[in-house]
Amino acid sequence: MSRIEVLKTYKIYIGGAFPRTESGRFYQPKQKGKVIGNICLSSRKDVRNAVVAARKAQGPWANRTAYNRSQVLYRIAEILEGRKAQFVEELMTQGSTKVKAVTEVDLSIDRMIYFAGWCDKYNQIFSSVNPVSGSFFNFSSMEPTGVVGIIANQDSGLLGLVSAIAPIIAGGNSCIAIAAENLPLCAVTFAEVLATSDVPGGVVNILTGDKKELLPHFGTHKDINAVLYCDGDQKEITQLRTDAVDNLKRIVVKSEGDFESNAWENPYLIQSFQETKTTWHPIEHIAAAGSGY
Amino acid sequence: MIEKDYSLSPRVDKMGIDDRVARIKARSIKKEAKVQGLKMILNMIDLTTLEGADTDGKVRQMCYKAIHPHDSLPDLPTTAAVCVYPTFVKTAVKAVKGSGVKVASVATAFPSGHSSRKIKLMDTKIAVDNGADEVDMVISRGRFHSGDYNFIFDEIAAIKEACGKARLKVILETGELGTYDKVRRASDIAMDAGADFIKTSTGKISPAATLPVTLVMLEAIKDHYYATGRMVGMKPAGGISNSKLALQYLVMVKETLGGKWLTNEWFRFGASSLANDVLMQLEKQASGNYQAKEYFSID
Repeated sequence: MSRIEVLKTYKIYIGGAFPRTESGRFYQPKQKGKVIGNICLSSRKDVRNAVVAARKAQGPWANRTAYNRSQVLYRIAEILEGRKAQFVEELMTQGSTKVKAVTEVDLSIDRMIYFAGWCDKYNQIFSSVNPVSGSFFNFSSMEPTGVVGIIANQDSGLLGLVSAIAPIIAGGNSCIAIAAENLPLCAVTFAEVLATSDVPGGVVNILTGDKKELLPHFGTHKDINAVLYCDGDQKEITQLRTDAVDNLKRIVVKSEGDFESNAWENPYLIQSFQETKTTWHPIEHIAAAGSGY
Repeated sequence: MIEKDYSLSPRVDKMGIDDRVARIKARSIKKEAKVQGLKMILNMIDLTTLEGADTDGKVRQMCYKAIHPHDSLPDLPTTAAVCVYPTFVKTAVKAVKGSGVKVASVATAFPSGHSSRKIKLMDTKIAVDNGADEVDMVISRGRFHSGDYNFIFDEIAAIKEACGKARLKVILETGELGTYDKVRRASDIAMDAGADFIKTSTGKISPAATLPVTLVMLEAIKDHYYATGRMVGMKPAGGISNSKLALQYLVMVKETLGGKWLTNEWFRFGASSLANDVLMQLEKQASGNYQAKEYFSID
Protein backbone atom coordinates (compact mmCIF):
# COMPACT_ATOMS: atom_id res chain seq x y z
CA MET A 1 0.00 0.00 0.00
CA SER A 2 1.36 3.40 -0.87
CA ARG A 3 1.52 6.07 1.77
CA ILE A 4 1.42 9.81 1.57
CA GLU A 5 4.74 11.43 2.37
CA VAL A 6 4.69 13.83 5.32
CA LEU A 7 6.19 17.12 4.17
CA LYS A 8 7.99 19.41 6.57
CA THR A 9 6.72 22.90 7.36
CA TYR A 10 9.69 25.25 7.31
CA LYS A 11 9.21 27.91 9.96
CA ILE A 12 11.39 30.68 11.36
CA TYR A 13 13.33 30.59 14.63
CA ILE A 14 12.80 33.35 17.22
CA GLY A 15 13.62 33.19 20.92
CA GLY A 16 14.01 29.42 20.92
CA ALA A 17 10.58 28.83 19.36
CA PHE A 18 9.48 28.10 15.81
CA PRO A 19 6.69 30.52 14.95
CA ARG A 20 5.37 31.23 11.48
CA THR A 21 6.01 34.76 10.29
CA GLU A 22 3.67 37.23 11.98
CA SER A 23 2.72 38.50 8.51
CA GLY A 24 1.35 35.13 7.43
CA ARG A 25 3.13 35.47 4.07
CA PHE A 26 5.18 32.85 2.27
CA TYR A 27 7.29 32.45 -0.87
CA GLN A 28 8.30 29.51 -3.02
CA PRO A 29 11.98 29.27 -3.94
CA LYS A 30 12.53 27.09 -6.99
CA GLN A 31 15.27 24.72 -8.09
CA LYS A 32 15.31 23.78 -11.79
CA GLY A 33 11.76 25.06 -12.08
CA LYS A 34 10.53 22.96 -9.20
CA VAL A 35 9.28 24.50 -5.95
CA ILE A 36 11.43 23.30 -3.03
CA GLY A 37 9.17 24.45 -0.23
CA ASN A 38 6.73 26.99 1.18
CA ILE A 39 8.99 29.31 3.12
CA CYS A 40 8.07 32.09 5.56
CA LEU A 41 8.42 35.55 4.04
CA SER A 42 9.44 37.34 7.24
CA SER A 43 8.41 40.92 7.93
CA ARG A 44 9.68 43.97 9.78
CA LYS A 45 7.83 42.82 12.90
CA ASP A 46 9.54 39.45 12.86
CA VAL A 47 12.83 41.36 12.90
CA ARG A 48 11.58 43.42 15.81
CA ASN A 49 10.49 40.34 17.77
CA ALA A 50 13.80 38.65 17.06
CA VAL A 51 15.70 41.69 18.34
CA VAL A 52 13.72 41.65 21.58
CA ALA A 53 14.53 37.95 22.02
CA ALA A 54 18.18 38.47 21.13
CA ARG A 55 18.54 41.39 23.55
CA LYS A 56 17.04 39.39 26.37
CA ALA A 57 19.32 36.43 25.73
CA GLN A 58 22.55 38.33 25.14
CA GLY A 59 23.44 39.30 28.73
CA PRO A 60 23.02 35.83 30.24
CA TRP A 61 24.86 34.25 27.27
CA ALA A 62 27.81 36.62 27.69
CA ASN A 63 27.81 35.94 31.42
CA ARG A 64 28.21 32.21 30.98
CA THR A 65 31.75 31.07 31.52
CA ALA A 66 33.83 30.96 28.34
CA TYR A 67 34.35 27.28 28.95
CA ASN A 68 30.61 26.64 29.03
CA ARG A 69 30.07 28.54 25.76
CA SER A 70 32.73 26.32 24.30
CA GLN A 71 30.86 23.21 25.44
CA VAL A 72 27.62 24.49 23.90
CA LEU A 73 29.29 25.17 20.53
CA TYR A 74 30.81 21.72 20.61
CA ARG A 75 27.37 20.32 21.30
CA ILE A 76 26.02 22.06 18.17
CA ALA A 77 28.68 20.22 16.16
CA GLU A 78 27.71 16.91 17.76
CA ILE A 79 24.05 17.33 16.84
CA LEU A 80 24.97 18.51 13.33
CA GLU A 81 26.97 15.32 12.86
CA GLY A 82 23.95 13.23 13.84
CA ARG A 83 21.75 15.01 11.30
CA LYS A 84 24.28 14.84 8.48
CA ALA A 85 22.11 12.79 6.13
CA GLN A 86 19.25 15.27 6.36
CA PHE A 87 21.51 18.22 5.57
CA VAL A 88 23.07 16.42 2.61
CA GLU A 89 19.63 15.64 1.23
CA GLU A 90 18.46 19.24 1.64
CA LEU A 91 21.59 20.62 0.02
CA MET A 92 20.96 18.33 -2.93
CA THR A 93 17.36 19.47 -3.14
CA GLN A 94 18.80 22.99 -3.30
CA GLY A 95 20.92 22.03 -6.30
CA SER A 96 24.18 20.72 -4.88
CA THR A 97 25.86 17.48 -5.97
CA LYS A 98 26.25 14.67 -3.46
CA VAL A 99 30.03 15.08 -3.18
CA LYS A 100 29.78 18.84 -2.71
CA ALA A 101 26.98 18.47 -0.19
CA VAL A 102 28.90 16.01 1.97
CA THR A 103 31.95 18.31 1.91
CA GLU A 104 29.83 21.30 2.89
CA VAL A 105 28.27 19.53 5.87
CA ASP A 106 31.64 18.18 7.03
CA LEU A 107 33.18 21.63 6.83
CA SER A 108 30.26 23.14 8.74
CA ILE A 109 30.73 20.67 11.57
CA ASP A 110 34.47 21.27 11.65
CA ARG A 111 33.98 25.01 11.64
CA MET A 112 31.75 24.81 14.68
CA ILE A 113 34.42 22.73 16.46
CA TYR A 114 37.06 25.27 15.46
CA PHE A 115 35.19 28.15 17.10
CA ALA A 116 34.18 26.01 20.09
CA GLY A 117 37.89 25.77 20.77
CA TRP A 118 38.36 29.53 20.62
CA CYS A 119 35.62 30.46 23.11
CA ASP A 120 37.90 30.40 26.14
CA LYS A 121 41.04 31.57 24.36
CA TYR A 122 40.39 34.68 22.26
CA ASN A 123 40.18 36.98 25.25
CA GLN A 124 43.72 36.05 26.35
CA ILE A 125 45.01 36.66 22.82
CA PHE A 126 43.36 40.02 22.22
CA SER A 127 43.64 41.49 25.70
CA SER A 128 46.68 43.40 26.79
CA VAL A 129 48.42 45.16 29.62
CA ASN A 130 49.31 48.62 28.40
CA PRO A 131 52.33 50.66 29.41
CA VAL A 132 51.22 54.05 30.71
CA SER A 133 52.95 56.97 32.34
CA GLY A 134 51.69 57.19 35.90
CA SER A 135 50.90 54.89 38.77
CA PHE A 136 48.17 52.96 37.04
CA PHE A 137 47.72 49.36 36.13
CA ASN A 138 46.23 49.77 32.65
CA PHE A 139 44.70 46.81 30.88
CA SER A 140 42.35 46.20 27.95
CA SER A 141 40.03 43.25 27.60
CA MET A 142 37.32 42.13 25.21
CA GLU A 143 33.57 42.48 25.71
CA PRO A 144 30.92 41.31 23.24
CA THR A 145 29.41 44.00 21.01
CA GLY A 146 25.87 42.83 21.83
CA VAL A 147 23.11 42.04 19.36
CA VAL A 148 24.45 41.34 15.87
CA GLY A 149 22.47 41.15 12.63
CA ILE A 150 23.70 38.70 10.00
CA ILE A 151 22.91 38.96 6.31
CA ALA A 152 23.98 35.51 5.16
CA ASN A 153 25.72 34.82 1.88
CA GLN A 154 23.15 34.17 -0.85
CA ASP A 155 25.07 31.35 -2.56
CA SER A 156 25.81 29.11 0.40
CA GLY A 157 22.93 27.32 2.13
CA LEU A 158 24.67 25.96 5.20
CA LEU A 159 28.40 26.62 5.43
CA GLY A 160 28.02 30.36 4.84
CA LEU A 161 25.48 30.65 7.63
CA VAL A 162 27.42 28.52 10.10
CA SER A 163 30.63 30.42 9.34
CA ALA A 164 28.90 33.71 10.12
CA ILE A 165 27.08 32.59 13.27
CA ALA A 166 29.90 30.64 14.96
CA PRO A 167 32.42 33.44 15.64
CA ILE A 168 29.65 35.81 16.71
CA ILE A 169 28.14 33.55 19.36
CA ALA A 170 31.57 32.25 20.39
CA GLY A 171 32.30 35.82 21.48
CA GLY A 172 29.20 36.10 23.69
CA ASN A 173 26.99 38.02 21.25
CA SER A 174 23.47 37.07 20.26
CA CYS A 175 22.39 37.28 16.64
CA ILE A 176 19.56 37.55 14.14
CA ALA A 177 20.38 35.99 10.78
CA ILE A 178 18.55 36.29 7.47
CA ALA A 179 19.07 33.04 5.61
CA ALA A 180 19.95 32.89 1.91
CA GLU A 181 16.72 33.75 0.13
CA ASN A 182 16.71 30.88 -2.34
CA LEU A 183 18.54 28.30 -0.21
CA PRO A 184 16.59 28.42 3.06
CA LEU A 185 16.02 24.73 3.82
CA CYS A 186 19.29 24.04 5.63
CA ALA A 187 19.02 27.29 7.59
CA VAL A 188 15.74 26.22 9.16
CA THR A 189 17.02 22.72 9.83
CA PHE A 190 20.12 24.26 11.38
CA ALA A 191 17.77 26.18 13.69
CA GLU A 192 16.36 22.83 14.79
CA VAL A 193 19.91 21.73 15.57
CA LEU A 194 20.41 24.87 17.68
CA ALA A 195 17.13 24.32 19.49
CA THR A 196 18.25 20.86 20.59
CA SER A 197 21.83 21.60 21.50
CA ASP A 198 21.78 23.63 24.74
CA VAL A 199 21.95 27.00 22.98
CA PRO A 200 19.67 29.23 25.09
CA GLY A 201 16.61 30.49 23.19
CA GLY A 202 17.21 33.91 21.65
CA VAL A 203 20.99 33.62 21.31
CA VAL A 204 20.52 32.71 17.65
CA ASN A 205 17.44 33.75 15.71
CA ILE A 206 16.98 32.79 12.07
CA LEU A 207 14.59 34.45 9.63
CA THR A 208 13.84 33.53 6.06
CA GLY A 209 12.60 35.90 3.39
CA ASP A 210 13.41 38.79 1.13
CA LYS A 211 16.80 40.28 1.99
CA LYS A 212 15.99 43.57 0.24
CA GLU A 213 12.85 44.03 2.31
CA LEU A 214 14.45 43.27 5.67
CA LEU A 215 17.82 44.94 5.23
CA PRO A 216 16.73 48.55 6.02
CA HIS A 217 15.38 47.43 9.39
CA PHE A 218 18.74 45.89 10.28
CA GLY A 219 20.36 49.21 9.48
CA THR A 220 17.95 51.48 11.34
CA HIS A 221 17.03 49.40 14.40
CA LYS A 222 18.81 51.08 17.30
CA ASP A 223 18.95 47.94 19.40
CA ILE A 224 21.08 46.07 16.86
CA ASN A 225 24.69 46.90 17.71
CA ALA A 226 26.44 45.48 14.66
CA VAL A 227 25.71 43.88 11.30
CA LEU A 228 27.74 41.26 9.47
CA TYR A 229 26.98 41.54 5.75
CA CYS A 230 28.16 38.51 3.77
CA ASP A 231 27.15 39.50 0.26
CA GLY A 232 28.50 41.72 -2.50
CA ASP A 233 25.78 44.17 -3.49
CA GLN A 234 27.49 47.60 -3.26
CA LYS A 235 24.18 49.47 -3.23
CA GLU A 236 23.00 47.48 -0.24
CA ILE A 237 26.28 48.01 1.57
CA THR A 238 26.02 51.77 1.05
CA GLN A 239 22.44 51.78 2.24
CA LEU A 240 23.34 49.73 5.31
CA ARG A 241 26.22 52.04 6.22
CA THR A 242 24.01 55.12 5.76
CA ASP A 243 21.21 53.72 7.92
CA ALA A 244 23.71 52.67 10.56
CA VAL A 245 24.94 56.23 11.15
CA ASP A 246 22.08 56.97 13.53
CA ASN A 247 23.39 54.71 16.28
CA LEU A 248 26.99 54.30 15.11
CA LYS A 249 26.36 50.67 14.38
CA ARG A 250 29.37 48.55 13.51
CA ILE A 251 29.10 47.23 9.94
CA VAL A 252 31.37 44.39 8.90
CA VAL A 253 31.33 43.40 5.23
CA LYS A 254 32.65 40.01 4.09
CA SER A 255 31.98 39.83 0.38
CA GLU A 256 34.53 37.15 -0.55
CA GLY A 257 32.37 34.08 -0.06
CA ASP A 258 34.84 31.16 -0.46
CA PHE A 259 33.81 29.62 2.83
CA GLU A 260 36.00 26.59 2.33
CA SER A 261 39.16 28.62 2.70
CA ASN A 262 41.13 29.30 5.86
CA ALA A 263 40.00 32.91 5.72
CA TRP A 264 36.90 31.80 7.62
CA GLU A 265 38.88 29.97 10.26
CA ASN A 266 40.62 32.66 12.22
CA PRO A 267 40.00 34.29 15.59
CA TYR A 268 39.95 37.79 14.13
CA LEU A 269 36.39 37.02 13.06
CA ILE A 270 35.57 36.84 16.76
CA GLN A 271 37.42 40.09 17.39
CA SER A 272 35.32 41.88 14.75
CA PHE A 273 32.40 41.69 17.18
CA GLN A 274 34.18 42.59 20.38
CA GLU A 275 34.57 45.94 22.07
CA THR A 276 37.76 46.82 23.89
CA LYS A 277 37.33 47.85 27.47
CA THR A 278 40.31 49.59 28.97
CA THR A 279 40.61 49.92 32.72
CA TRP A 280 42.83 52.34 34.63
CA HIS A 281 43.42 50.87 38.03
CA PRO A 282 45.35 53.05 40.50
CA ILE A 283 48.31 51.34 42.10
CA GLU A 284 50.81 52.31 44.68
CA HIS A 285 54.49 51.99 44.14
CA ILE A 286 55.12 48.61 45.57
CA ALA A 287 58.89 48.69 45.64
CA ALA A 288 61.33 51.53 46.00
CA ALA A 289 62.38 50.92 42.40
CA GLY A 290 58.89 51.84 41.15
CA SER A 291 55.87 49.99 39.98
CA GLY A 292 55.91 46.25 40.25
CA TYR A 293 53.85 45.97 37.12
CA MET B 1 -28.62 49.85 59.48
CA ILE B 2 -28.58 46.27 58.36
CA GLU B 3 -25.08 44.96 57.76
CA LYS B 4 -24.48 43.92 54.17
CA ASP B 5 -23.58 40.28 53.66
CA TYR B 6 -20.58 40.34 51.32
CA SER B 7 -20.67 36.60 50.85
CA LEU B 8 -23.65 37.43 48.63
CA SER B 9 -21.57 39.60 46.26
CA PRO B 10 -22.23 38.66 42.64
CA ARG B 11 -20.41 35.59 41.35
CA VAL B 12 -18.09 36.06 38.41
CA ASP B 13 -18.50 34.19 35.15
CA LYS B 14 -14.89 33.20 34.51
CA MET B 15 -15.51 31.95 30.98
CA GLY B 16 -17.26 35.20 30.10
CA ILE B 17 -14.48 37.35 31.52
CA ASP B 18 -11.74 35.38 29.76
CA ASP B 19 -13.65 35.50 26.49
CA ARG B 20 -14.12 39.24 26.64
CA VAL B 21 -10.47 39.79 27.48
CA ALA B 22 -9.46 37.60 24.53
CA ARG B 23 -11.52 39.81 22.24
CA ILE B 24 -10.05 43.01 23.68
CA LYS B 25 -6.55 41.61 23.17
CA ALA B 26 -7.21 41.09 19.48
CA ARG B 27 -7.76 44.82 18.96
CA SER B 28 -5.11 46.73 17.06
CA ILE B 29 -4.37 50.42 17.66
CA LYS B 30 -2.07 52.19 15.23
CA LYS B 31 -0.63 55.55 14.17
CA GLU B 32 -2.31 58.72 15.51
CA ALA B 33 -4.66 56.85 17.84
CA LYS B 34 -1.67 54.95 19.20
CA VAL B 35 0.28 58.15 19.84
CA GLN B 36 -2.70 59.65 21.67
CA GLY B 37 -3.10 56.48 23.68
CA LEU B 38 0.59 56.36 24.55
CA LYS B 39 0.57 59.94 25.82
CA MET B 40 -2.52 59.16 27.85
CA ILE B 41 -0.80 56.11 29.35
CA LEU B 42 2.26 58.17 30.27
CA ASN B 43 -0.03 60.67 31.98
CA MET B 44 -1.69 57.86 33.97
CA ILE B 45 1.45 56.25 35.34
CA ASP B 46 2.22 56.23 39.06
CA LEU B 47 5.98 55.98 38.69
CA THR B 48 6.87 53.63 41.48
CA THR B 49 9.84 52.59 43.54
CA LEU B 50 9.17 50.30 46.50
CA GLU B 51 12.46 48.61 47.22
CA GLY B 52 14.30 47.98 50.44
CA ALA B 53 17.31 49.56 48.76
CA ASP B 54 15.56 52.89 47.97
CA THR B 55 17.46 56.03 48.86
CA ASP B 56 16.64 59.77 48.84
CA GLY B 57 18.80 60.06 45.74
CA LYS B 58 16.89 57.38 43.90
CA VAL B 59 13.55 58.96 44.82
CA ARG B 60 14.75 62.40 43.65
CA GLN B 61 15.93 60.90 40.37
CA MET B 62 12.58 59.19 39.86
CA CYS B 63 10.73 62.43 40.60
CA TYR B 64 12.82 64.20 37.95
CA LYS B 65 11.90 61.47 35.50
CA ALA B 66 8.21 61.88 36.39
CA ILE B 67 8.37 65.58 35.50
CA HIS B 68 10.76 65.21 32.52
CA PRO B 69 10.03 61.81 31.01
CA HIS B 70 12.13 62.37 27.88
CA ASP B 71 13.08 65.96 27.10
CA SER B 72 14.01 65.34 23.47
CA LEU B 73 10.34 64.71 22.66
CA PRO B 74 8.26 67.90 22.81
CA ASP B 75 4.76 68.10 24.32
CA LEU B 76 5.04 65.11 26.60
CA PRO B 77 2.80 65.07 29.67
CA THR B 78 4.22 64.35 33.11
CA THR B 79 3.33 61.11 34.84
CA ALA B 80 0.34 61.24 37.19
CA ALA B 81 2.20 60.63 40.41
CA VAL B 82 5.21 59.10 42.06
CA CYS B 83 4.66 56.26 44.52
CA VAL B 84 7.09 55.70 47.38
CA TYR B 85 7.41 54.35 50.94
CA PRO B 86 6.30 56.76 53.71
CA THR B 87 9.91 57.49 54.68
CA PHE B 88 10.49 59.12 51.28
CA VAL B 89 7.33 61.23 51.10
CA LYS B 90 9.07 64.42 52.29
CA THR B 91 11.82 64.01 49.71
CA ALA B 92 9.30 63.37 46.95
CA VAL B 93 7.02 66.26 47.89
CA LYS B 94 9.97 68.64 47.73
CA ALA B 95 11.16 67.19 44.42
CA VAL B 96 7.85 67.44 42.54
CA LYS B 97 6.76 70.78 44.01
CA GLY B 98 4.97 72.97 41.49
CA SER B 99 4.95 70.34 38.72
CA GLY B 100 1.43 69.00 39.22
CA VAL B 101 2.80 65.50 39.83
CA LYS B 102 1.13 63.97 42.87
CA VAL B 103 2.88 62.07 45.63
CA ALA B 104 1.43 58.72 46.62
CA SER B 105 2.66 56.75 49.58
CA VAL B 106 2.06 53.13 50.45
CA ALA B 107 1.03 52.62 54.05
CA THR B 108 -0.52 50.15 56.53
CA ALA B 109 2.43 47.79 56.87
CA PHE B 110 2.90 47.41 53.12
CA PRO B 111 3.19 44.85 51.54
CA SER B 112 1.95 42.12 53.92
CA GLY B 113 -0.48 44.21 55.95
CA HIS B 114 0.31 42.18 59.04
CA SER B 115 0.36 44.71 61.83
CA SER B 116 -1.94 46.22 64.43
CA ARG B 117 -4.64 48.75 63.56
CA LYS B 118 -2.81 51.33 65.66
CA ILE B 119 0.43 51.03 63.75
CA LYS B 120 -1.41 51.07 60.42
CA LEU B 121 -3.20 54.29 61.35
CA MET B 122 0.05 55.88 62.46
CA ASP B 123 1.74 54.74 59.25
CA THR B 124 -1.03 56.45 57.29
CA LYS B 125 -0.94 59.58 59.39
CA ILE B 126 2.81 59.98 58.99
CA ALA B 127 2.47 59.73 55.22
CA VAL B 128 -0.37 62.28 55.13
CA ASP B 129 1.33 64.67 57.56
CA ASN B 130 4.45 64.59 55.41
CA GLY B 131 2.38 65.78 52.48
CA ALA B 132 1.26 62.68 50.58
CA ASP B 133 -1.62 63.45 48.21
CA GLU B 134 -2.61 59.82 47.95
CA VAL B 135 -2.33 56.78 50.19
CA ASP B 136 -2.06 53.20 48.88
CA MET B 137 -3.15 50.81 51.63
CA VAL B 138 -3.15 47.02 51.67
CA ILE B 139 -6.03 44.97 53.08
CA SER B 140 -5.45 42.18 55.60
CA ARG B 141 -5.74 39.22 53.25
CA GLY B 142 -5.49 36.71 56.10
CA ARG B 143 -8.61 38.16 57.75
CA PHE B 144 -10.34 38.27 54.40
CA HIS B 145 -9.74 34.57 53.81
CA SER B 146 -11.08 33.84 57.31
CA GLY B 147 -14.33 35.45 56.21
CA ASP B 148 -13.89 38.38 58.57
CA TYR B 149 -15.36 40.87 56.10
CA ASN B 150 -16.48 43.34 58.78
CA PHE B 151 -12.89 43.61 59.96
CA ILE B 152 -11.76 44.50 56.45
CA PHE B 153 -14.59 47.02 56.08
CA ASP B 154 -13.80 48.71 59.40
CA GLU B 155 -10.11 48.75 58.66
CA ILE B 156 -10.58 50.51 55.33
CA ALA B 157 -13.08 52.95 56.83
CA ALA B 158 -10.67 53.82 59.65
CA ILE B 159 -7.77 54.38 57.28
CA LYS B 160 -9.99 56.48 55.02
CA GLU B 161 -10.76 58.70 57.96
CA ALA B 162 -7.07 59.00 58.82
CA CYS B 163 -6.35 60.02 55.21
CA GLY B 164 -8.31 63.27 55.53
CA LYS B 165 -8.09 65.02 52.18
CA ALA B 166 -5.68 62.47 50.69
CA ARG B 167 -7.23 60.04 48.24
CA LEU B 168 -7.24 56.42 49.33
CA LYS B 169 -6.28 53.55 47.04
CA VAL B 170 -7.08 50.12 48.41
CA ILE B 171 -4.76 47.29 47.30
CA LEU B 172 -6.61 43.98 47.19
CA GLU B 173 -3.51 41.93 46.26
CA THR B 174 -5.52 39.82 43.86
CA GLY B 175 -2.66 37.35 43.42
CA GLU B 176 -3.34 36.21 46.98
CA LEU B 177 -7.13 36.18 46.76
CA GLY B 178 -7.24 33.17 44.48
CA THR B 179 -10.59 33.45 42.69
CA TYR B 180 -12.47 36.10 40.71
CA ASP B 181 -15.39 35.70 43.14
CA LYS B 182 -13.14 36.79 46.00
CA VAL B 183 -11.73 39.68 43.94
CA ARG B 184 -15.29 40.88 43.33
CA ARG B 185 -16.17 40.53 47.00
CA ALA B 186 -13.06 42.43 48.15
CA SER B 187 -13.78 45.16 45.57
CA ASP B 188 -17.33 45.57 46.89
CA ILE B 189 -16.13 45.83 50.49
CA ALA B 190 -13.42 48.36 49.62
CA MET B 191 -15.76 50.61 47.63
CA ASP B 192 -18.51 50.52 50.25
CA ALA B 193 -15.96 51.37 52.94
CA GLY B 194 -14.96 54.53 51.10
CA ALA B 195 -12.06 53.67 48.79
CA ASP B 196 -11.38 56.34 46.15
CA PHE B 197 -9.46 53.81 44.05
CA ILE B 198 -9.25 50.05 44.05
CA LYS B 199 -5.88 48.65 43.07
CA THR B 200 -4.93 45.14 42.07
CA SER B 201 -1.55 44.45 43.56
CA THR B 202 1.47 45.43 45.58
CA GLY B 203 3.81 44.31 42.82
CA LYS B 204 5.50 41.99 45.31
CA ILE B 205 3.37 38.93 44.50
CA SER B 206 3.04 37.08 41.23
CA PRO B 207 0.61 37.13 39.46
CA ALA B 208 0.17 40.88 39.83
CA ALA B 209 -2.25 42.83 37.61
CA THR B 210 -3.81 40.89 34.74
CA LEU B 211 -6.44 41.95 32.21
CA PRO B 212 -9.13 39.52 33.47
CA VAL B 213 -8.73 40.46 37.12
CA THR B 214 -8.87 44.15 36.17
CA LEU B 215 -12.03 43.54 34.19
CA VAL B 216 -13.65 41.91 37.22
CA MET B 217 -12.80 45.00 39.26
CA LEU B 218 -14.01 47.38 36.54
CA GLU B 219 -17.34 45.55 36.48
CA ALA B 220 -17.55 45.97 40.26
CA ILE B 221 -16.88 49.71 39.86
CA LYS B 222 -19.62 49.93 37.23
CA ASP B 223 -22.16 48.22 39.49
CA HIS B 224 -21.14 50.45 42.39
CA TYR B 225 -21.57 53.53 40.20
CA TYR B 226 -25.05 52.48 39.07
CA ALA B 227 -26.06 51.69 42.65
CA THR B 228 -24.69 54.79 44.39
CA GLY B 229 -23.73 57.33 41.70
CA ARG B 230 -20.21 57.51 43.14
CA MET B 231 -17.23 57.14 40.80
CA VAL B 232 -14.38 54.96 42.02
CA GLY B 233 -10.98 54.84 40.32
CA MET B 234 -9.03 51.81 39.17
CA LYS B 235 -5.32 51.12 39.38
CA PRO B 236 -3.83 47.95 37.96
CA ALA B 237 -0.28 47.62 39.28
CA GLY B 238 2.63 45.30 38.70
CA GLY B 239 3.47 43.29 35.61
CA ILE B 240 2.37 45.89 33.06
CA SER B 241 5.64 46.61 31.34
CA ASN B 242 4.82 47.15 27.69
CA SER B 243 2.79 49.69 25.78
CA LYS B 244 0.73 47.21 23.83
CA LEU B 245 -0.63 45.69 27.00
CA ALA B 246 -1.26 49.12 28.52
CA LEU B 247 -3.24 50.15 25.42
CA GLN B 248 -5.39 47.05 25.89
CA TYR B 249 -6.13 48.20 29.43
CA LEU B 250 -7.31 51.55 28.07
CA VAL B 251 -9.61 49.83 25.59
CA MET B 252 -11.06 47.78 28.43
CA VAL B 253 -11.67 50.81 30.64
CA LYS B 254 -13.32 52.72 27.80
CA GLU B 255 -15.60 49.81 26.94
CA THR B 256 -16.52 48.92 30.50
CA LEU B 257 -16.80 52.29 32.22
CA GLY B 258 -16.78 54.81 29.37
CA GLY B 259 -14.67 57.81 28.47
CA LYS B 260 -15.29 59.54 31.81
CA TRP B 261 -12.81 57.19 33.46
CA LEU B 262 -10.09 57.84 30.90
CA THR B 263 -8.24 60.49 32.88
CA ASN B 264 -5.61 60.12 35.52
CA GLU B 265 -8.14 61.19 38.09
CA TRP B 266 -9.91 57.84 37.69
CA PHE B 267 -7.42 55.47 36.12
CA ARG B 268 -3.76 54.82 36.92
CA PHE B 269 -1.04 52.35 36.07
CA GLY B 270 1.27 51.34 38.90
CA ALA B 271 4.49 50.70 37.03
CA SER B 272 8.13 51.57 36.67
CA SER B 273 9.45 50.04 33.46
CA LEU B 274 6.25 50.82 31.49
CA ALA B 275 7.23 54.49 31.20
CA ASN B 276 10.39 53.75 29.21
CA ASP B 277 8.58 51.36 26.91
CA VAL B 278 5.95 54.03 26.19
CA LEU B 279 8.72 56.57 25.51
CA MET B 280 10.47 54.15 23.17
CA GLN B 281 7.23 53.66 21.26
CA LEU B 282 6.63 57.41 21.04
CA GLU B 283 10.16 57.97 19.80
CA LYS B 284 9.63 55.17 17.26
CA GLN B 285 6.47 56.89 16.00
CA ALA B 286 8.34 60.19 15.73
CA SER B 287 11.57 58.94 14.12
CA GLY B 288 10.40 55.81 12.32
CA ASN B 289 13.17 53.67 13.81
CA TYR B 290 13.00 51.03 16.50
CA GLN B 291 14.69 52.21 19.69
CA ALA B 292 17.12 50.75 22.20
CA LYS B 293 16.91 51.03 25.99
CA GLU B 294 20.33 52.62 26.30
CA TYR B 295 19.04 55.90 24.83
CA PHE B 296 16.56 56.41 27.68
CA SER B 297 17.17 57.38 31.28
CA ILE B 298 17.12 54.60 33.82
CA ASP B 299 13.85 54.38 35.75
